[in-house]
Amino acid sequence: MKITEQEVRYVADLANLSLSEAEVHRFQADLNEILGHIERLNDIDTAGVEPMTQVVYEAGDTATLRADRERPPLGTEAALANAPKAGAGYFKVPKVVER
Amino acid sequence: MDIASLTIDQVREGLLARRFSAVELTREALDFAEARNPSTNAYLHFSPERALRSAVRVDEKVARGEDPGPLAGVPIAVKDVIVTKGVRTTCGSKLLAQYTPPYDATAVMRLEEAGGVILGKTNCDEFAMGSSNENSAFGPVRNPLAPDRVPGGSSGGSAAAVAQGTAVLALGSDTGGSIRQPASFCGVVGVTPTYGRVSRYGLAAFASSLDHIGTLARTVRDAAVLLGAIAGRDPMDATSAEAPVPNYTHPLDGDVKGMKLGLPLEYLKDLTSETGDLIAKGIETLRKLGCEVRDISLPATDYAVACYYIIATAEASSNLARYDGVRYTFRSESSGTLSDMYRHTRGEGFGAECKRRIMLGTYVLSAGYYDAYYLKAQKVRALIARDFARAFSEVDAIVAPVSPFPAFKLGEKIDDPLAMYLSDIYTITGDLAGIPCMSVPCGKTAQGLPVGMQILARHFDEPSMFRVAYALERAGGVN
Repeated sequence: MKITEQEVRYVADLANLSLSEAEVHRFQADLNEILGHIERLNDIDTAGVEPMTQVVYEAGDTATLRADRERPPLGTEAALANAPKAGAGYFKVPKVVER
Repeated sequence: MDIASLTIDQVREGLLARRFSAVELTREALDFAEARNPSTNAYLHFSPERALRSAVRVDEKVARGEDPGPLAGVPIAVKDVIVTKGVRTTCGSKLLAQYTPPYDATAVMRLEEAGGVILGKTNCDEFAMGSSNENSAFGPVRNPLAPDRVPGGSSGGSAAAVAQGTAVLALGSDTGGSIRQPASFCGVVGVTPTYGRVSRYGLAAFASSLDHIGTLARTVRDAAVLLGAIAGRDPMDATSAEAPVPNYTHPLDGDVKGMKLGLPLEYLKDLTSETGDLIAKGIETLRKLGCEVRDISLPATDYAVACYYIIATAEASSNLARYDGVRYTFRSESSGTLSDMYRHTRGEGFGAECKRRIMLGTYVLSAGYYDAYYLKAQKVRALIARDFARAFSEVDAIVAPVSPFPAFKLGEKIDDPLAMYLSDIYTITGDLAGIPCMSVPCGKTAQGLPVGMQILARHFDEPSMFRVAYALERAGGVN
């Protein structure tokens, strides 16, 4: 087994995901199967290969800066329109610090 | 007028000859789509007010004698991972069931500026994660050609709508095959352009180094026209390319004489016999049309699925962090503390496949594993890109299958995630390299299931890709 039940719980915690007990066991099995397939990457020699972080192609300079002009922003009302809880122009969340 | 088989040119001719108005066509197209939709679940919701507003603008232009644009009056479906101002955009997720975006994606604005009429938003796998459209929170899509089978995914609703005739064109998104595979399964044309060719502003991010917006249509020409309308530099997407947008329909004349095509041996190993036969016949057709087809090798292909499912899930785990209960409509009832709000909103809101990918992506990026997984995958990605670069020094385009098999039955693979991932083998390589690639119909199996031929070309060489696809289409696929 590449990944233990404890690791599944640890990773779920890192990802801020609450999982049911059934999900913990299901994902442990799934991740082990997938990581088992991924192990084949050990068979390919990548010595001296630069990691590819983005798609690159032959082209002229594209790193142009946009003109520094004022633009109207989205606005508070539109930005908050989809918030589950909002008030006084802010997103509302549960209290973080006790008085 | 047969609404289910309309093309862009037929709509244009009808409008300019005043045989119908854009408003009349839009009303008829909406009625037709709403009546047909229950058999497939291709659309999640319709946008009649917006569609009619667009149609009125087209009619006004026609009345004034102005050019109404290359997509004038054409009914178009938009995958529900692409935002539409004032029209609900769910990404196929319970988390965004009530989300109404405050802005339009650039591709949406451009197709409307070109006269296009958006009928509604199409079903898809949740956050575009899946190969069967069974991961939608709003129910699966049925393949219009075989209702007990999947339409493919993740742009399953877009492919089904075009195949069913409830849209002339559709926008989809492709991160690992999500346009080409459903196009292949539904017997339509699906185009994934060069990375950076179409702005992703307004596309819900899945894996940013792999995400593309692309087009679906019933003909190569129509898919090319839609691409031309939405392509080009956009200041709102720093990854969009400056390269000028050519006229993709000029020339589309079917002449492929002397073109050099590569057939990658690694893509022929695991095909069902019927898929293999149809691809072989399609290649024979291209040979007869004067193409020179030679065997090539893309040796890193065997590592592509492993490479892709590290990079895509790592990026997804980061991109999906924003769905935390603060900004996007859904918040768990169990939100006593901030931490509970995050954990329960995400635990209740995401479906199984999204959670699986967030878990895998978080794991491969976690302390101690980064070099072994993520960095290694980025190096393998470089080798996959190098394979293509080497091949394109010898050939003008590559021809290959899209999927190892035709549309499978609903429920057949949903419990085996690895088998589902492995079925993406022939499409994920194009995304990893960022090259343009498409699916064009290449005949049907004895059971009547469509099989698509994939055509891949150099970065920004969509014209060569369309040239080969059009030649195959004009030769009638292989049927």
